[in-house]
Amino acid sequence: MNATRRDVLRKGGGVSLAALLAAAGWLPPEVARAQAAGWNKGAFETHSMDETMKALGGGVPAQSKDVVFVSTPDIAENGAVVPIGITSNIAKTESIAILIEKNPNMLAAVFDLPPGTEPSLSTRVKMGQTSNVYALVKADGKYYVASKEIKVTLGGCGG
Amino acid sequence: MADPMKIRANAVGDATEVKVLMSHEMETGQRKDSQGKTIPAWFIQTVHVVHNGRTVLAAQWGPAVAKNPFLAFKFKGGAKGDKVQITWIDNHGDKRTDEATIA
Repeated sequence: MNATRRDVLRKGGGVSLAALLAAAGWLPPEVARAQAAGWNKGAFETHSMDETMKALGGGVPAQSKDVVFVSTPDIAENGAVVPIGITSNIAKTESIAILIEKNPNMLAAVFDLPPGTEPSLSTRVKMGQTSNVYALVKADGKYYVASKEIKVTLGGCGG
Repeated sequence: MADPMKIRANAVGDATEVKVLMSHEMETGQRKDSQGKTIPAWFIQTVHVVHNGRTVLAAQWGPAVAKNPFLAFKFKGGAKGDKVQITWIDNHGDKRTDEATIA
């Protein structure tokens, strides 16, 4: 048997198709760059919970009371700057994502939290209109979700 | 080159609280200018926060993160005087790294 060839095949198996395509110059540079930087382009172009979950590689998330919104308003006067704070009380929280149902693309941000980083963070997002906002938490390989409706009196995506 | 980030890193008990304010347009690619032409998307895609060579937060952002993004989080460990390094990369491939000392 040709051991070297086997090695090459085995190692090659770990490289994603996208990376191979990018290396071969088949993907437009923007896509290739996004891939190289670890940006999940597919996940940021989704329009529904199901699509987003598929792009993130998860199943249907379970509703959870252990995922809570903190210092997040019920009514945002300005949709261009909506403060969102999310805290997960689930052990082994690995990542937290913010999804906004009625935005042109649902996924707003994903935060990967290595062990030692507290599963609590806050940021600011844009919202085009009044919408449900989902906090999606991945903990120990499983997905949990909590939602909150935020009313927007002035949209943040209009021109 | 973009303006520097404003970073505050404070030791709180056994954890370090990091607050960052970045300077970036975060253009969505949805808006149109006065001639009706779409303004191309321009936004930060990835953010990495590193403490002592260890990544303590890795984020992927879409254009829905607000202009001049704000981010606050805490990680365990980190002593006063340690450095916290934050890097972002946008969809044009521009990047910026700034550093703060834990106080």
